[in-house]
Amino acid sequence: MASVVVDVMLKPEILDPQGKAVHGALPRLGFEGVTDVRQGKRFELELDGEVTPQRLDQVRALAATLLSNPVIEDFDIRVED
Amino acid sequence: MRLGVVTFPGSLDDVDAARAVRIAGAEAVPLWHGDHDLRGVDGVVLPGGFSYGDYLRCGAIARFAPVMTEVVEAAQGGMPVLGICNGFQILCEAHLLPGALIRNDHRRFVCRDQRLRIESTTTAWTSAYEQGQQVVVPLKNGEGGFVADGDTLDRLEGEGRVVARYVGANPNGSLRDIAGISNASGTVVGLMPHPEHAVESLCGPGTDGLGFFTSAVRTLTATI
Repeated sequence: MASVVVDVMLKPEILDPQGKAVHGALPRLGFEGVTDVRQGKRFELELDGEVTPQRLDQVRALAATLLSNPVIEDFDIRVED
Repeated sequence: MRLGVVTFPGSLDDVDAARAVRIAGAEAVPLWHGDHDLRGVDGVVLPGGFSYGDYLRCGAIARFAPVMTEVVEAAQGGMPVLGICNGFQILCEAHLLPGALIRNDHRRFVCRDQRLRIESTTTAWTSAYEQGQQVVVPLKNGEGGFVADGDTLDRLEGEGRVVARYVGANPNGSLRDIAGISNASGTVVGLMPHPEHAVESLCGPGTDGLGFFTSAVRTLTATI
């Protein structure tokens, strides 16, 4: 078994209303000094067997076609120990 | 004249869309998300709603529904396709239209009768209108903010592919007040407001929306 994590974030230039809502709530909770909040998504993929470069390529294709929309989002892939 | 209306799990406005098709004078053909079959239709409407619960991103999972293989292929071959609201989101996810729809900038669901200006009458779905004509149809969305990069927006404007624009206060943060766009040939149109809810005077704000459907009937009658 191997875990691969895919993080998906809105591109910096895309407005993130959810992040803004979270940011707006922070002062009410007494949190100071947070200048911005961006909200993203984290996907944890459990693979059977070894993580080979070929399988990472498949995950990359999956991330680019389904898990993220390249028009508005960037993604990052990493293998968990 | 047969116009198909696709039902996905979570579609809400497929029945109204089919009704609008019939009032416009065409036969409404129900299409099922799980079938690889367009049943010989001449055009397709992707209706509004919350396909697959809007999970992941609006339209992201519907894009890979079996029937979409045929819809994308037919659209690329020139078949008229209208995506309304969630249907617009699906068309963007399927890359049949550029850009994307994101959460409303004010973070609230919007539901109102919305004034639009028809900016292009050369598409398969807007030929029944006059250039610059203002219409009022319902608008109801939580993720209706149209976004695209500056170059794409300039290209859409330059090629006359902005189909409709919001008049008055921008209801959802859409860039350049864009309510609807088309592909380069004008056969595929995505629209965030709901013309299918404005086709009979008994319900809704009037009958301004009917023109989208009569346009398609007229376009197809001319070409078939």
